[in-house]
Amino acid sequence: MRCERCEREATIHEVIIHKGEKRERHLCEQCAGKAGLSADPHLPIAQLISGFMLGPNNPKPAEGKPVAPPTARTVARCAGCGTTYTAFKESGLLGCPACYDAFCERLGPLIERAHEGACHHVGKFPRRALRDCRSLGDRDRVEVLLGSAREREERLESLRKALAKAVRDEDYERAAMLRDELNRVSDLLQDTRES
Amino acid sequence: MKEPDHSQQPAEGTPTPPRVFERGTEWLRGQGDASDVVLSSRVRVARNLAGFPFMTTASRTDRSQILDLCRRRLLGVPVGESRRVLWVDLHTASHDERDLLVERQLISRNHAKGKLSNGAGGADEPRGVAVVLPDERVSVMVNEEDHLRMQSIRSGLALDECLADIDGIDDELEKGLDFAFHPRFGYLTACPTNVGTGLRLSVMLHLPGLKLTGELEKASRAAHDMGLAVRGFYGEGSEAAGEFYQVSNQTTLGKSDALLLKEMSFEIIPRLVGYERHARQKLLGERRESTHDAVARALGTLRYARMLRSAEAMDLLGMVRLGVIGGLITDVSLEQVHALLLATQPAHLSRAVRRDLTPQERRGARAGLCRERLGGS
Repeated sequence: MRCERCEREATIHEVIIHKGEKRERHLCEQCAGKAGLSADPHLPIAQLISGFMLGPNNPKPAEGKPVAPPTARTVARCAGCGTTYTAFKESGLLGCPACYDAFCERLGPLIERAHEGACHHVGKFPRRALRDCRSLGDRDRVEVLLGSAREREERLESLRKALAKAVRDEDYERAAMLRDELNRVSDLLQDTRES
Repeated sequence: MKEPDHSQQPAEGTPTPPRVFERGTEWLRGQGDASDVVLSSRVRVARNLAGFPFMTTASRTDRSQILDLCRRRLLGVPVGESRRVLWVDLHTASHDERDLLVERQLISRNHAKGKLSNGAGGADEPRGVAVVLPDERVSVMVNEEDHLRMQSIRSGLALDECLADIDGIDDELEKGLDFAFHPRFGYLTACPTNVGTGLRLSVMLHLPGLKLTGELEKASRAAHDMGLAVRGFYGEGSEAAGEFYQVSNQTTLGKSDALLLKEMSFEIIPRLVGYERHARQKLLGERRESTHDAVARALGTLRYARMLRSAEAMDLLGMVRLGVIGGLITDVSLEQVHALLLATQPAHLSRAVRRDLTPQERRGARAGLCRERLGGS
């Protein structure tokens, strides 16, 4: 399809439904830029994240209206303590444990960079707390500590893959650590299934 | 400063008996593996209570509740025969008492001030520290940057024993406290650089050999390449006096406690110790005369100076330590040098004379103490 303003190939397609009427615009990147439409593929994702972090009370844009670009009022905020991501960036300190989930999308890559590419905890866990919630049959709390059943299975799978890679790379120290972690996580899953 | 009675309960309003914190600390004994280079080892673990905000957003009520919960739990921890837990409320302790704890490496400078790393907070913020006496090996800060920061500090290269100490305390505390934990990120901490195991393994290295042979920069770069942070005698933000350097791991996520310990104890630290020993061999071999001259001049200054600044005393004591270990100084012991490293610190000097000193008086008192302890006049 050709751009409706010039002869170039149209790569930006906008569909607006206004008062029941459908209007379409097909533009090339240059003309879209002039018309104020962004060709940045990351923009909608950024908006999605900020919308997600604002929580369910965030008013969704009315159907038919183009999504407004983020303004100074669109602030990522932790529902647990009210800390904003900007405040975290300034101080380097989070406000509460819930901030880790609230800012997960942005924190994840940052944490990976700070910890030499690692993105998953390996090692000790609060054993007594886990035992208590098992004996009380508190599945929600078990999930808070260990993740959902699906996440735990995924964790096992990623450990198996990482172990195989470490063996292939002849990194035997890492392989030994991953084997221990795999056994530990397997035991935990076993216990969880039994509870 | 308040001391608990024998049942480990805090005795409100009891003044600190003079004998507390008057003896030497375990970490300055000058013994243990590689103690010619490794002054001390320290393991620190960060934990936060589930259900409470981190210190950045915690209200005064939150802080008081956290303090109360942790203090009760800490005073109930079994610490073994003939040992006991001393609790200190830092928001009511005097400035000198807090400085004394910093100099003994039982609390951080920020904890003494009640400040977070972002500068927030103040001296009256509810916070405290539990110290296991009499050896002062284990201490637990409450309401520092994280709700709980536990540390074990020992003489020489002893990271494995420090880790075992902390593991035990962590398990004991966890029996009665719910820690904030995340299936992906592990133990949650206020700063994401501590998340995961929350574990920091550090050693205090004495590196005068590398300094004198001009190889310190190279060793420091190697340490950075091995993923270590290099800091001064009193940790973050402090100057390296006397060629004492604290090196520690920077990553806390993705490596188990056991692997981190193995890397630090058997690979990284022995390599740095090897560099220093090699440099000292050079100093005591081909450069023996000039080295002997330098350490003897340092001892001479300590024996006869009338005024000494803190950093200068540390530098001179560092040189004397090199002389004692290298066999160039035979009439001073390592214990004497280590005792002075602590006794010449500002708060320890004030405590010794039982009054506040002006900076000039302190420099005089410091020089007097060195003369007296090292046989000068």
